[in-house]
Amino acid sequence: MVGDAISHSVLPGIVIAYLISTKFDSIFILIGAAIFGVFTTFLIDFFHKKLKLQEDASIGITFTWLFAAGVILISLFGDGNADLDQECVLFGELGTSFLDKIIYHGRLFGTRSMLMILPVFIAVVLFVVFGFKGLQIISFHQEYAKSKGINVSFWHYTFMSLVSITTVMSFESVGAILVVGLLVIPPATAYLLVNKLPSMLFVSCIIAAIACFVGYYLSIIFDVSLSSMIIVTAGSLFMLVLAYIKIRFQVQKTVELK
Amino acid sequence: MMEAITYFFTDPIAQKVIMGIAIIGAVSGVVGTFSFLRKKTLIADAISHSVLPGICLGFMFAGTKDPIVLLTGALVIGWISVWLIDYLSSTTKLSADTAIALVSTLFFAIGSVLLSVISKSQNAEQTGLKNFLFGKAATMTTFDIQVFTVVSIAIFVVVILFFKPFQLVCFNHEFAKSIGVKVKRMEFLLSTLTVMTVAIGIQAVGVVLMSALLIAPAASARYWTNRLPIMIFLAALFGTFSSVIGVMLSTMKNNMPTGPWIVFSLFTFTLFTLLFAPHKGWFSIKRRNLSNHKKITEENLLKTFYQLKEEGNTAVSFRDFLEKRAVDTHSLVRDVRRMVKHGFLFEKDKTFSLTESGNKEAARVLRSHRLWELYLTKRMNFKNDHIHGTAETIEHLITPEIEQLLLKELDFPTSDPHNKEIPY
Repeated sequence: MVGDAISHSVLPGIVIAYLISTKFDSIFILIGAAIFGVFTTFLIDFFHKKLKLQEDASIGITFTWLFAAGVILISLFGDGNADLDQECVLFGELGTSFLDKIIYHGRLFGTRSMLMILPVFIAVVLFVVFGFKGLQIISFHQEYAKSKGINVSFWHYTFMSLVSITTVMSFESVGAILVVGLLVIPPATAYLLVNKLPSMLFVSCIIAAIACFVGYYLSIIFDVSLSSMIIVTAGSLFMLVLAYIKIRFQVQKTVELK
Repeated sequence: MMEAITYFFTDPIAQKVIMGIAIIGAVSGVVGTFSFLRKKTLIADAISHSVLPGICLGFMFAGTKDPIVLLTGALVIGWISVWLIDYLSSTTKLSADTAIALVSTLFFAIGSVLLSVISKSQNAEQTGLKNFLFGKAATMTTFDIQVFTVVSIAIFVVVILFFKPFQLVCFNHEFAKSIGVKVKRMEFLLSTLTVMTVAIGIQAVGVVLMSALLIAPAASARYWTNRLPIMIFLAALFGTFSSVIGVMLSTMKNNMPTGPWIVFSLFTFTLFTLLFAPHKGWFSIKRRNLSNHKKITEENLLKTFYQLKEEGNTAVSFRDFLEKRAVDTHSLVRDVRRMVKHGFLFEKDKTFSLTESGNKEAARVLRSHRLWELYLTKRMNFKNDHIHGTAETIEHLITPEIEQLLLKELDFPTSDPHNKEIPY
């Protein structure tokens, strides 16, 4: 849920950075988002540990407030700004991103959004590959890691920064609310299918890719919002997998009874 | 500024809007209290995201923004989302968190797909539907508000009728079950109330931020009282107040959504509460910690003087003290001067000695310490070398009543496990 919280909370960071730099694709946006992502974690901890507020309320209050602040900033200062529109922020504008091509020396290098995401993608992959043991341990055995002297804070905050950055990059494509969908649904689907972390990562990526691919075509066929369709597709995949394992389980049970 | 405020209380349209959100704020506060106490605020958030497709389906069915149809749609889809979350978290490997996030986003996505379908249709009514995302209180019609009022009254009646079982379910699940309360039914009822509250609240606050209106008033109210009826009342008050102020703030500029401003004022209230509430607020806690710390330091100081006296030193210099007990020199000087001021020590030729009252106080602390050590060895089978540490802590906590109990229990002993005399 903290991932959900972060994806909502980075909004004010993005808005502020955008207002300062007036370009939607500058490095400031990334920095603004990363700062607010970490700030979110601090804020949640502050409410929970220092002000003694229960954990779920700490998360809920923090991210709704930060998101509200972001929306207020947009509506106060984002006037006439095509990029900084409430709905655009919520849902993204992937459909038209192909128009923004980068042409250099007469050769097509791909769209702007793809080129922006590429370094982040590489950074994330490198982090996951080289930091695999660290990530694994803080995901499953945080107390054990602490007792072994592993710097849990470092991993925790680095990971949260990565989530923030990924979220920001995805803003343009799928928007704030639906980033959570891609953060949660493919991994959940993979979790139902496999038991080992590496395979889960792999399956998760495949499922996400399928959801995006199929979702894109479906959204064109039915002429509906692109980002939402991707999530709906991912959700449908999840339901299919869910049905599959339920049926498999029933079959297993009847076989065992024989 | 003043004329803006008077506008709100005289203009009939504004009055209507204020009435509407006041009701919404009150109901959210009340129902949110139960979600808060059951620690189910994230499910409340999921419900708010999930009702979007319900609203859209209701609209597609009726062709207009009829509040009754939209409410019914929201209710049905809300129920389904609650059921689905429960099903996923109880019958699969998925954790509750994952189930909540999954259902919440998925339903929201379905809702936005429906929104994009609706926005392509020729129906002129559909333009207002987007306001359900972030709320636009001004779009509430009189009929809307009438429906909300009826629903709210029903909710209040249910809360009053079922107050006792709700209270039990929130605080003592197992006990409720054991005395025959139909816990599952109560939980279902509470979920229904939450869904209904969300359904009427989203027009003012929007689906994205509705959960704040459920959580924040309850969270704030919690810090001011321990009693449920008062907490519910305060939550309703905070909810109403913040909603009204939020809507007023949103009029600063044309066409601003009301939801974020309501959240903004909610948050300000909550932050203020969390910092300044008596007893539980941050400043109160800090102040209490500080005074506790001071008391402990003083007691330790006097105790050390007494111990030095037992060793034969009645006129103690700073150096003597530091050799017996290593503390920060600066604080030592300050604390000793304070002790002189309070009459526990007196100064003579750059040395300090215990006064009559200082002696009594020091003896008391030392007595508690040694009695406790005796208790640990005699009654709890502790070894002699394990008792000093805990006695150092406990000595500050032993009240006169506990001291009497210890004395009786140990039969007025004269020496402690280290063969030191117990001072009376």
